[in-house]
Amino acid sequence: MQTSAKSMPRATHPESGRVARIRQWWSQFVYQWQLQAMVVPGIVFMIVFNFIPIYGLVLAFKSYTVVDTISSAPWVGWENFRIILSDKYFWSSVWNTMGISAIKLSLGFVLPIILAVMIYEVPWGPFKRIVQTLTYLPHFFSWIILGGMLINWLSTNGLLNEVLNFVGINASSNYLLDADKYWGIAALSDVWKEAGWGTILYLAVMAGIDPSLYEAAEMDGASKIRRIWHITIPELGTMITLNLVLSVSALFGSNLDQTLILMNTQNQPKSEVINSYVYRIGLTQGDFSYATAVGLGVSIVSVILLVITNVVSKKVNDNQSVL
Amino acid sequence: MSRKTAVKLGNPQAIGAGRAVRHGSMTFNVVNTMVLVAFTLIIVIPVWNVVISSFASNQSLSEGNFIFWPKALSLDNYRSVFQDDQLWHALLISVLKTAIGVVAHTLFCAVFAYPLSKAYLKGRKLYSAMGIITMFFSGGMIPTYLLIKSLGLLDSFWVYIIPALFSYYDVIILMNFFRQVPSSLEESAKIDGASEWRIFRSVILPLSKPALATIALFHGVAQWNDFMTTKLYITNENLYPLQMRLYDIIVRSQAASDMGNVGQVILDTTSRGVRLATIMITIAPILVLYPFVQRYFVGGTMLGAVKG
Repeated sequence: MQTSAKSMPRATHPESGRVARIRQWWSQFVYQWQLQAMVVPGIVFMIVFNFIPIYGLVLAFKSYTVVDTISSAPWVGWENFRIILSDKYFWSSVWNTMGISAIKLSLGFVLPIILAVMIYEVPWGPFKRIVQTLTYLPHFFSWIILGGMLINWLSTNGLLNEVLNFVGINASSNYLLDADKYWGIAALSDVWKEAGWGTILYLAVMAGIDPSLYEAAEMDGASKIRRIWHITIPELGTMITLNLVLSVSALFGSNLDQTLILMNTQNQPKSEVINSYVYRIGLTQGDFSYATAVGLGVSIVSVILLVITNVVSKKVNDNQSVL
Repeated sequence: MSRKTAVKLGNPQAIGAGRAVRHGSMTFNVVNTMVLVAFTLIIVIPVWNVVISSFASNQSLSEGNFIFWPKALSLDNYRSVFQDDQLWHALLISVLKTAIGVVAHTLFCAVFAYPLSKAYLKGRKLYSAMGIITMFFSGGMIPTYLLIKSLGLLDSFWVYIIPALFSYYDVIILMNFFRQVPSSLEESAKIDGASEWRIFRSVILPLSKPALATIALFHGVAQWNDFMTTKLYITNENLYPLQMRLYDIIVRSQAASDMGNVGQVILDTTSRGVRLATIMITIAPILVLYPFVQRYFVGGTMLGAVKG
């Protein structure tokens, strides 16, 4: 039996085994009531704002109307999920989500690694700090701000057309009204916003690399590129794998803020993503049960994807999980 | 601070410090610098273009033909934006929700993090398991909406504050920091008969200012930038913050230009200037504060990465 002198007000009772342990646990619990009282608000918060909505997911198996409560709504089993299978608007939103994610995740995964290595190799401190400060900045813009900026840049007499005219290409279209360009716009703007910020953790890892590794390699006559390839990149291995796993599992993730601000009637067939579809069906059209089912279904697929990529990366990574 | 991650982390802003400058080839340095300059310009030029466009006269805006400097500068855009009472009201809401939200969130998380930083807290495993679940699972948009509705928070100012009180991610950062406070300080306070609450308030909090500042800044940016809460839960325009006001202006003018109505062209350019000025006003606090507080953001990100 373990006793902690600090938090034991009374001597233990003669009972042995579980009863005694529970009593002891309880008396210690009561003894530290001040600390326990400080835990209460957080626990209440989590139950109300996190666990009750998780319970609310049962809506996906019910037919909910505004007059019902979550528990009184009638059960319909898998009905909502059956409808999903033949809902062509849903599948088109899945297709758009995957298309945008594929561009976003491939570029958004590679670019921060390259940038971080390049920043790391800058020999002059002030220049390094200027690059870091300026490239981190867009991370702090809200999507409404960036959306407003994008609409300006891509409008008929916006920045993109000005730049194209400046280099001699005659252009005057409004790119956001061209549905075929939407995937590229959505993905590239996201990469533009987050690429700089994405270097932080890589830079942090590189700051911990033992400099004698580089000195030894230099002594052996290894070129700069070889030093990066054989020292820096392997040292970043764990972080790269971690980001890869997270990227792949974000395939079905979509950005509702971005979609709401950039979507218009012209590009909607290409800009409707899963999140905006859930929003439209649930909150605009009031079909709460069906929207919950769509959200739940996509989350489950995402979790499965995360588990699979983690298992695969573990195999590749000498049985070490990065999560 | 317990470090479970195998990765060694340093301060990314101090990279290269204490290390002899590596003599790379000249070509490498030149190419490297040029590519980095190009990348930085891709970030800076578009932002500058928006900044200077917001000061352009309406005529230069409709003529276009500039990247760095318009033909004529004017403050008309700002003048008409500042004449709009709705904007002042939205600014007030934004400031209020950010100020109240930051104080409430930081304190709420700190009060929860303090007992959890004690290894001898009974039930600690259960509490932190609950916290970790909240980081990975949520009910999603619709069940959360129904909860907010049944709590009577729809169309209430408090919907900005109450659901945003708690974040287990921030609790972890604070918990790790509280553990570093020397226990001798607490023990001497205990001998003097101080209660746990008293120790928390007068020993722990004053010593944890850097961690509290980091949490406050991150939450401040989140509150200032948040638009989704308004979009989901607020219909009363008197409760619109700046972000939502801006969204409204943008979407309305987009709808107008969507129609392709020739009559809209004049109306559209005036509102383009207004839109640009509103963007600048909404982003101004971030642009102004960012250079001074950037290091807190960088530090905070790494505190979060080293999981406790």
